[in-house]
Amino acid sequence: MIPENTPKPPSGLGPLAKREMRFAYALLLPTFLIVLSVVLFPLFANVWISFKPVTLGDLRAPSILVNERLMGKLEAVGDEADIRYRIRNSSRKSGIADVSMTDTLPDTLSILNVDDRCSIAEAVIACDLSDYEAGKREDIIVRVAATQAFIDAPINVKETEAAFEFVPENILTNDDFTLDNFRKVFDASDFWPVLWASLYYTIAGTIGALVMGLFAAQLMNMTFFGRSFLRGLYLSPYVAPVIAVALAWVLLLDPGPGGTLNALLIQLGVIDGPISFLGQRAVDINILGMTFEFPVALTVVIIFEIWRYFPLAMLFILARMQSVSTDIYEAAEIDGATPLQQFRFISLPQLMGIMAVLFLLRFIWTFNKFDDIFLLTGGAAGTRTLTVNVYEQAFAVSNLGAGAAVAVVVFLILLVFSVIFFKFSPEDDA
Amino acid sequence: MTRFGNIFYLCLLFGALWGAVWTVLITLLALFISGELFQPQVTAGAVAGIISAGVLTSFTPEKRSIGMRALAGLVFIVVLTVGSGATPMGLAPSTYSIGQLVFLVLLAWVASQSIHLTALGFGPAGERRYNVEVICLRFIKGFGLVAFTIAVALPFFVMVMMSLKNQQLLLSNPLDFSLNFAQGAEALFRSYIELFTQYHFGSYLMNSAIVSVVTVLITLFFAVPGAYAVARLKFPGQHFLSRSILLIYMVPMIVLVIPLYAIFSQLGMRNTLWGLMLVYPATTIPVALYMLQGYFRGIPAELEEAGLMDGLTRLNVIRKITLPLALPALASVALYVFMIAWNEFLFAFMFLDNVDLYTLSRGIAELNSSEVPRQHLMAGAVIATVPVLALFLWFERFLVAGLTAGSVKG
Repeated sequence: MIPENTPKPPSGLGPLAKREMRFAYALLLPTFLIVLSVVLFPLFANVWISFKPVTLGDLRAPSILVNERLMGKLEAVGDEADIRYRIRNSSRKSGIADVSMTDTLPDTLSILNVDDRCSIAEAVIACDLSDYEAGKREDIIVRVAATQAFIDAPINVKETEAAFEFVPENILTNDDFTLDNFRKVFDASDFWPVLWASLYYTIAGTIGALVMGLFAAQLMNMTFFGRSFLRGLYLSPYVAPVIAVALAWVLLLDPGPGGTLNALLIQLGVIDGPISFLGQRAVDINILGMTFEFPVALTVVIIFEIWRYFPLAMLFILARMQSVSTDIYEAAEIDGATPLQQFRFISLPQLMGIMAVLFLLRFIWTFNKFDDIFLLTGGAAGTRTLTVNVYEQAFAVSNLGAGAAVAVVVFLILLVFSVIFFKFSPEDDA
Repeated sequence: MTRFGNIFYLCLLFGALWGAVWTVLITLLALFISGELFQPQVTAGAVAGIISAGVLTSFTPEKRSIGMRALAGLVFIVVLTVGSGATPMGLAPSTYSIGQLVFLVLLAWVASQSIHLTALGFGPAGERRYNVEVICLRFIKGFGLVAFTIAVALPFFVMVMMSLKNQQLLLSNPLDFSLNFAQGAEALFRSYIELFTQYHFGSYLMNSAIVSVVTVLITLFFAVPGAYAVARLKFPGQHFLSRSILLIYMVPMIVLVIPLYAIFSQLGMRNTLWGLMLVYPATTIPVALYMLQGYFRGIPAELEEAGLMDGLTRLNVIRKITLPLALPALASVALYVFMIAWNEFLFAFMFLDNVDLYTLSRGIAELNSSEVPRQHLMAGAVIATVPVLALFLWFERFLVAGLTAGSVKG
């Protein structure tokens, strides 16, 4: 039995804890704001754009164009003429609201007649033209007559420019929505090949980089002369700018007369003629009477990916290996375990945690990768992955909406991967 | 116990493999350096490797002195020369004769040394499984070192060499990487000089440096307080935040590029360096925060509590105690962020239209056209690579510690 009036532990946050909380939030606020505005908000905006019929050209806000002209001749006192303002909306797609025009007319002209929507005060004409829908054009006519003062000192009516005030419709924020972008993405004949290439690239690239990283880590775990030099060298593909190494590869693999690798292989007698490593979609390979289609360009792009990212895996695996205590190996040695058995039964289990984490991270980052393929092939020859397709749709075909729709697909697939991974990933983190 | 056992036969096998590998590699090296079209004599090299391994490893380990190894090398040369019909490198000995001899000696030396190191300590007699595995692993690791080194270095080698040659020479013999030093330094480095004088590379270099340094400063300025809060202070949502911070880093840049392009275009921020200096930190802050909070957790809280007891405010504790202790982590984060900003391609490519604002990545993309000769493109690549690589190798120790302390992206 607990007596009724036992003191209870305090619930909620005490004043000190509250102060600490406020301080923590204050420290995190700048980070939160910049991430919100440059990462989270654009993510949301991307989904928004994917439902809008926006092309690259629509990003330029519509504006009012005007052509002012004097129609007729004012050569003698009393001559009448029209000042014509030919006004139009520059955009064929978006409207402009609340257009109003003001212009100063030569005060030596007498104004006979103006459009209903305009008023004249002291030679200043002000017109309230209300809304201009997309592509609208109209003329505003002002009938004037010449006075003696005008004939004495003629003034070109164009000398004062008409000024406009208007509210352009923002193509990004209007209420024009469409599902066409997604329809286009899923109906495209290349949607499934693109998805397939993405997955092949991601899986093969990730596993390849991990295996090579594991191998390189074994090598770097030995002690020999020049090891730190070699480690620096092995890390350089990862450190060098992607554009530099990608273009070096492009020239190295060039099928033309200057290509190093083709010349090398021909010199060695491995091949008869140059191979277009980055331009050939597939080659038929005959194994045991069965013909396989081997994707050449995609494989080369994957090899580049492995080449560029094995150092990262090497670094992490090496760090983990060097933290494993040597006692366990000595014990195994005494028990007569051979080097391969030690690797299989001691090293590998110890490295599984970091390998799983690396697999997860590299899988997602490889799936996200854009620059490498874009610089190597531009997405040609069967190497177009989803991310390259985003660029292709949005900036090569200039359809921002369709590009954003592909980006949404990328993001959704990624979300699915992340959920799966984080559900099954081991708690052991690097 | 027989005199010759499994080890001896393995050594013959690895001798053949080493002989073939080194014959190909050294002959190609000679080809690259001289420009003469040498042809590797692979079969003869393999045979030479077998016989040379047979000579060397038929003796017990303690008898394999320098002299014995030299003898094995001599045997290698003789067999290779005879086996290839007096053309050990595929061309008559009269072409490039001194050079051929030098490369031949080099080849024999590395081949016999490789065989010696593979068989080190094991005699021709039979051995248990343990030692068989040791020998096999030695060969695999040795071969792996050679293969990795070549695979990694070849693109960089080609990059540097192409930048120093000219297009006609490259097209006429793409394997000739011999440098003509007689033409003088100015002619040798002509493409670099032209990049700086005619292609605005000076200003690209400057822009890249400005953007990268500002990105580092902004990132640290934002991430240090945030990381401290996540690592040290208690507040609701702390656990969620420390776990989800890396999720931000999983967001693909390509998904952000369309909305940012659209919004920045409308705000007039697209074709400016300010735009990049806003986007880069936003993408690097989460990972910087993650790396730093890992390090901050490792600093004993007692030190800070002592500071608090002595009347320092929290901010002063961070400034006077935590930050000095976290200096190595700050350095590695700074270096890593610098590397990301310096190498960034996508946003620079999408955002910058104005030549005066180009960063190096953007400027090199501009050189990638058929009108610009290749040596200029590769010289541009070298100019972009050297600073970041030098910086990285200089501070490698820092970076490796920092990178592996918190998980990191590529």
